[in-house]
Amino acid sequence: MISSDDSDPPAPASGGSAGSVSLAVMVNGTRYPLTLDPRCTLLDVLREQLDLTGTKKGCDHGQCGACTILVDGRRVLACLTLAVMKDGANITTIEGLAKDGVLHPLQQAFIEHDAFQCGYCTPGQICSAVGLIAEGRAQTADEIRESMSGNICRCGAYPNIVAAIQQAMGLP
Amino acid sequence: MYDFKYQKAASVADAAKVIGADGEAKLVAGGMTLIPTLKQRLAKPSALIDLGGIAELKGIRREGNAIVIGAMTKHVDVANSPEVKSAIPALAELASHIGDPAVRNRGTIGGSIANNDPAADYPSAVVALNATVITNKRKIAADDFFKALFETALGSDEIVTAVSFPIPEKAAYMKFPNPASRYAIVGTFVAKTGGNVRVGVTGAGPCVFRWKEAEAALGKSWNGDALKNLSVKADGLNSDIHASSEYRAHLIGVMARRAVAKAG
Ligand SMILES: Cc1cc2nc3c(=O)[nH]c(=O)nc-3n(C[C@H](O)[C@H](O)[C@H](O)COP(=O)(O)OP(=O)(O)OC[C@H]3O[C@@H](n4cnc5c(N)ncnc54)[C@H](O)[C@@H]3O)c2cc1C
Ligand code: FES
Ligand code: FES
Repeated sequence: MISSDDSDPPAPASGGSAGSVSLAVMVNGTRYPLTLDPRCTLLDVLREQLDLTGTKKGCDHGQCGACTILVDGRRVLACLTLAVMKDGANITTIEGLAKDGVLHPLQQAFIEHDAFQCGYCTPGQICSAVGLIAEGRAQTADEIRESMSGNICRCGAYPNIVAAIQQAMGLP
Repeated sequence: MYDFKYQKAASVADAAKVIGADGEAKLVAGGMTLIPTLKQRLAKPSALIDLGGIAELKGIRREGNAIVIGAMTKHVDVANSPEVKSAIPALAELASHIGDPAVRNRGTIGGSIANNDPAADYPSAVVALNATVITNKRKIAADDFFKALFETALGSDEIVTAVSFPIPEKAAYMKFPNPASRYAIVGTFVAKTGGNVRVGVTGAGPCVFRWKEAEAALGKSWNGDALKNLSVKADGLNSDIHASSEYRAHLIGVMARRAVAKAG
């Protein structure tokens, strides 16, 4: 584990001496043209520049899953993805799941099953579960647990998270 | 992270030209290892050359008696590939247990073998299946590719373009995973190809290696019992908070026997 003293501050948005890069991403249906220092991760861009702070920074090193988002429909770690590598990508974050004021079935199921305590891991858990359902492979509780192994919950809400995902999948 | 320039390469030739001209430039594939390394300021490349846009590096095809996997093919695509699942199910199974789904959606086979992490899964399959690593310059036999801890035969301006895996008669991979990262504490890949047996061991030592005594024993009799009286010396094996070298030595035998049983 990396101690907080070693943590790397977010890169400045632009103006790095090595030159900035222009790109555009679609986030939750809105197109954002951006000019960025190539060091900016998608996570920092979402949080610091687009004000989409639903996606959380836990470890910033790919180990906790708090930053899980959907890029072109697949779950990925925003902290290990440079924004410049995703020019033209279609991104969905936790803010993009509810439609017309109605929560996504997974969001509703997380509430009904009390699938969180502090809630810090929850946006990542829910985005990861959206990816899990789209992949269509995990069916049993054990398979769901294995397929969610990249998403750590320090509060230990795991049994309720699995129950919420099962409900959203329409499993008994 | 230190400052770097970013460039998306249009072709292998294009990427080769840049890294050939600038020794400080680095290739980026899935970034699953390189980006954490940059964040820890353990590397200071002048430029990152992104291989993500090069179509010729992606995809899986059958070529005669081999499955050829492009360097930029993601773990998830190897795990789900009908070609790999039918010809070398053990390889699809290995890919389906690398890290977690988010890592498998970005990490690539080229990045994994070029990095040569002592606990990575793919090197065991490359060695046990006697695969050939294809680069922009030459073909490298598995036995010559993995050199030492995080070290390979790749030159500084060499790019892995694909890996060619001969189709075995029987093969299986068993790993004892780290429960958090799923990296191999010990992983053993056994394969019988054209009557030849090879056993690749990852996670246990500083670099993947072949367990030749087990290969000889399994060559005579393809049965887990053939390994019963063999043991691996703990000297030189990895020892860390996850497992002592003695425990790893023991696990090599256990994983090998289980893999032979699984291969059938
Ligand atoms: C949380 C987590 C868990 C993981 N668990 C596992 C696990 O259980 N098992 C396992 O095996 N791995 C595991 N990994 C590693 C992961 O699967 C990737 O394979 C690995 O990080 C490297 O692949 P990459 O495509 O991301 O390469 P990158 O990080 O982009 O590159 C790695 C290195 O390879 C070089 N490189 C990349 N492509 C090429 C090429 N075509 N030619 C020459 N050089 C190249 C780069 O310059 C760099 O030095 C894990 C990673 C994370 C973050
Ligand atoms: S913040 Fe990205 S995995 Fe922890
Ligand atoms: S709810 Fe607190 S970390 Fe999961």
